[in-house]
Amino acid sequence: MSTTLSAASAKPRHKRVLPGFGLSLGSSLFFISLILLLPMTGLIMQTAGMSWADYWYVITDERVVASYKVTIWAAVIASIFNGLFGLLLAWVLVRYEFPGKRILDALVDLPFALPTAVAGITLATLYAENGWYGQWLAELGIKVAYTPLGIVVAMSFTSIPFVVRTVQPVLEELSPEEEEAGITLGASDWSVFRRIILPSLWPALVTGVALSFTRSLGEFGAVIFVAGNMPYISEITSLMIFVRLQEFDFPAASAIASVVLMASLLLLFAINIWQARYLKRLHGR
Amino acid sequence: MASGQRHQQRVGDSPAVKYTLIGVTLVMTAVLLVVPLISIFQQAFVDGLAVYWDSLGDPDTLHAIGLTLFVALLTVPINLVFGVLLAWSVTRFEFPGRKLLMTLMDIPFAVSPVVAGLLYLLLYGNNGWIGAWLFEHDLQLMFAWPGIVMVTVFVTCPFVARELIPLMQQQGREDEEAAVILGASGWQLFRRVTLPNIKWALLYGVILTNARAVGEFGAVSVVSGNIRGETNTLPLHIQLLYEDYQATAAFASASLLAVIALITLIFKAFIEWRQERAQKAEATH
Repeated sequence: MSTTLSAASAKPRHKRVLPGFGLSLGSSLFFISLILLLPMTGLIMQTAGMSWADYWYVITDERVVASYKVTIWAAVIASIFNGLFGLLLAWVLVRYEFPGKRILDALVDLPFALPTAVAGITLATLYAENGWYGQWLAELGIKVAYTPLGIVVAMSFTSIPFVVRTVQPVLEELSPEEEEAGITLGASDWSVFRRIILPSLWPALVTGVALSFTRSLGEFGAVIFVAGNMPYISEITSLMIFVRLQEFDFPAASAIASVVLMASLLLLFAINIWQARYLKRLHGR
Repeated sequence: MASGQRHQQRVGDSPAVKYTLIGVTLVMTAVLLVVPLISIFQQAFVDGLAVYWDSLGDPDTLHAIGLTLFVALLTVPINLVFGVLLAWSVTRFEFPGRKLLMTLMDIPFAVSPVVAGLLYLLLYGNNGWIGAWLFEHDLQLMFAWPGIVMVTVFVTCPFVARELIPLMQQQGREDEEAAVILGASGWQLFRRVTLPNIKWALLYGVILTNARAVGEFGAVSVVSGNIRGETNTLPLHIQLLYEDYQATAAFASASLLAVIALITLIFKAFIEWRQERAQKAEATH
């Protein structure tokens, strides 16, 4: 460790020895402007054409507000569930050896690789009253498909990988010394976990849960098949935008979309700033 | 200490805790991921192999498969080139705004696909400021394949760069700087030094981009217009069949996308296995 460090600091710093700075940065900026930023102008122009009163009226419409609530609540529950399940998965994958571990590790990414519409029809079929899970749950008096609970199920399915993949690397690099010291001093597993391990995992766990939450807020394909899409009850905000579009009400669709877009951009920037801060703290030690 | 007693060093090493955690994880993974995956194929083959082939041989289904492959074929190379250039610029050079660029790149992850589709519709649709110009020149991008390609590029643009950036950061620039000092040209440098180091991550990025491109639903459904046999991609076709109470046919099409997802996961497991083997080989030398 010390040798690599001194080698790195002794090496004279070449500034831009490598070729392609202009080409790579220029084309990246061009691409991002063309693909990501330019399309935003359409939304800005569309909403700028609305009066503030119209805009406010559209985004605070009762049915739309109901959709915000359903979406946010379902995403909160789904991401908390994924925080717990993701932590468990990451722990088991990092700490233990068992047959089939590699398959389990690969399966974690299934929700990323499986198209959301496929996930949607599959979950709807499984949790429908005559489905494999649905008939079991029906006996317990629980309805999942075509209720807000179905939205939670779909959202947690599509965002399972986030917490696992953010916690896993941190857990791998955790040094055993403090943990061993705690155990040698006679602390129980649980209290060592809570007092020593959890504080180190906390930033990564928060990042993972926040990513899972952001993804869940925007999830569309998986949700609409399971949700039943009943106005005021199980309609998510992305679907509200879609409904307004089908009514050819472009201003209303744009206004709602602008709210969703601002929320997701704020979340994205907040997560990135938070991540940069805790990375700095990690490397600063 | 009694000789029979296990010396416990790390949290959760006792067999009782270990096997409980592994057991709970495996059961939850089975319920949440494995059974849904199996049920896709079960539903697809529920009426027998003949019906399965019949539903895949339907002309509209075949057209949807063709269109989906065509869209992926255009999307993947665009995002491959962009991903490499972006990863090169942010890992090989320091410049102001580098962090911002990386955050901007994450926008497609955070934005709801419906909002993404809407952004394109507002700009390139007949009412948009570019769309109006296109309309005058008799060019239609929305509700046609170019629009589908455009939103698919948007939704899948972070994947290649996301796979490359951590790897290229970790590898550092020493190898490449040495090559430049030895007189390699830009292209030689990339092909002989950079590419061999990143080829597996790059390939996985491409495969993941492909899996997301063939599966994109929300954004495509906004800009496609859902014209059966014309602008229906496979995920949209699945929705159409499913809502038409042709569940078996829907799952037959879904099984194709599930196979692509499975190949993606197997490939990822393979790459990780190779990496571990390489690390072990390095450690023993």
